[in-house]
Amino acid sequence: MVDLKSFDSFGEVLNHYESFDFGDYLKNVSDEDVQKSLKKEKLNQFDFLNLLSKKAQNYLEEMAQISKKHKIRHFGNVIQLYLPIYVSNYCSSDCEYCGFSKKNKIKRKHLSEEELHVEAKAIAQSGIRHILLLTGEAKKIANLDYIKMAVRALKQYFSSISIEIYPLQTDEYRQLKELGVDGLTIYQEVYDREIYKQVHTSGEKTNYDYRLDAPQRGAKANLRALNIGVLFGLGDIYKEAFLSGVHAKFLMDKYKHIEVSLSLPRINNAEGDFKVKHTLDDKSFVQFMLAYRLYMPMCGINISTREKASFRDNLIDIGATKFSAGSKTDVGGYSNIDKSTAQFDISDTRSVEEIVSMIKNKGLQPIFKDWEIIYE
Amino acid sequence: MNDILKLGNIEFTSRLFTGTGKFPDKNMIPKIIKSSESQMITVALRRVDMQSVQENILNFIPKETIILPNTSGARDAKEAIMLAKLAREAGCGNFIKIEVINDMKYLLPDNEETIKATKVLAEDGFIVLPYMMPDLISGLKMQDAGAAAVMPLGSPIGSNKGLQTKEMIKILIEDIEIPIIVDAGIGKPSHASEAMELGADAVLVNSAIANAGNPEQMALAFRLAVEAGRIAFKASFAEENSLASASSPLTGFLNG
Repeated sequence: MVDLKSFDSFGEVLNHYESFDFGDYLKNVSDEDVQKSLKKEKLNQFDFLNLLSKKAQNYLEEMAQISKKHKIRHFGNVIQLYLPIYVSNYCSSDCEYCGFSKKNKIKRKHLSEEELHVEAKAIAQSGIRHILLLTGEAKKIANLDYIKMAVRALKQYFSSISIEIYPLQTDEYRQLKELGVDGLTIYQEVYDREIYKQVHTSGEKTNYDYRLDAPQRGAKANLRALNIGVLFGLGDIYKEAFLSGVHAKFLMDKYKHIEVSLSLPRINNAEGDFKVKHTLDDKSFVQFMLAYRLYMPMCGINISTREKASFRDNLIDIGATKFSAGSKTDVGGYSNIDKSTAQFDISDTRSVEEIVSMIKNKGLQPIFKDWEIIYE
Repeated sequence: MNDILKLGNIEFTSRLFTGTGKFPDKNMIPKIIKSSESQMITVALRRVDMQSVQENILNFIPKETIILPNTSGARDAKEAIMLAKLAREAGCGNFIKIEVINDMKYLLPDNEETIKATKVLAEDGFIVLPYMMPDLISGLKMQDAGAAAVMPLGSPIGSNKGLQTKEMIKILIEDIEIPIIVDAGIGKPSHASEAMELGADAVLVNSAIANAGNPEQMALAFRLAVEAGRIAFKASFAEENSLASASSPLTGFLNG
């Protein structure tokens, strides 16, 4: 077991796990191990692994009960709503699984300032107050000045702005924070270095370590919230789930003032016909989500519209804290202004209104607004 | 019984304050106010949505109830001050509960930053109620900075563990002149009663009501517990004895 607090960067933690045989450990997890871990108030890294093991699939109901309790205690009977806004899908990287990949011959688009306002207005009309700004990895086209322009525009319509863009330097994150950005979403996609190299074939995204340290740079820039995760489908699901969870824990322990959330995106039909080698099935998805919650009772769990409606609805009851609703993954998709090709297919196509009524029917309160932009 | 709690220029007959953030349905807020008879309710400014009529939490609070906006989400004094000013602009009145929290695991308050924010906001005319770690020296500094009351925690927010900081709260009650409102950690009506029996001036209860199976009934139970604890405190307790006491076993001989 690794003492997370003794490391300065997550890369050092990963080096420590380099020689650890996950397959061997997981294969030997017994019922007794799982039961013991479930009884603990504070779980360590081995407990977390025990709950990720195949053996723990026999204890999903117990895990769900504990997860639900943690969630209500720390977050209340509520769920936060947000929407993504894709402002540009130009990309200078080739990632084999992604619809926006440079090599794909798709319709590219880049919202002008005027179009941004039209798009933002269309989203704000649905009542959504938390927005996630996304771009492709095209640092030259959607450069920092462009991002700043977009943030200034979005501020007029929303109360919380998070970004999911190419990784930045600490000072660049700080500049965006001072403009009103409060959250950073950045997925490592895959923690296995070898697979990372195989699926990221060209462009800036090939730099594994620069991406790995991005959440920490965001934390140093004093952003309020970090959302990290793995793109399930690329690497061994157990190892990837474990390392992403430990990454979240590392960030929580080191930066106590930051709210850390995890997402569990699974590869969807992107434009590039990517063949998934390691499938995360529904049962394992639920198990991993619960294991994250039990290992880190305070962490946020974000469930996107990549998932099917009926499946998502069930996750609300057992520990999800953030939900997107009525998402579009094409640039210009909300206002239909000459829109681009989408990054991936949405599975849950319900409107904000439909999602809100589903949440209320489940006896939970949908939260539209949970921050106030207080900078600049 | 004329037992008034005065905070700023407002007189309260109820010593139970409530919260708004964790209910499954915002329509529950007026019901909770009714059954708890609470006269002041805290609202996180970050949750106030002035742009939406259906979703604006302020529209669910009855007119006669006093709003205690809080600076939830503030990581330092500067952010707390900005949030407080926004609350005033949003029409939430002059009360402000300062919450400065930099620790997402236990949600413990930062007394040092809270003292700074208290000073600035009290000078600006706010009726300041700082949420604090029960520490006498910090409490005295908050009092000097112009706080209208201090709000020490009983145990971490949402933990429902009761008065784990009891000895420290007793010291505050003893040595601080402004009112003491025990906030956070109160999980059961008996905890609220205990705080009132100790001599706290009021309590603030949120999670224990919002997360109860029947929040309305739980709000009623808290109302009764707070009243009972307060009456008991005012009535002065009979001294506690560990043994049953016969009449004057040692000096009875003097009575001849």
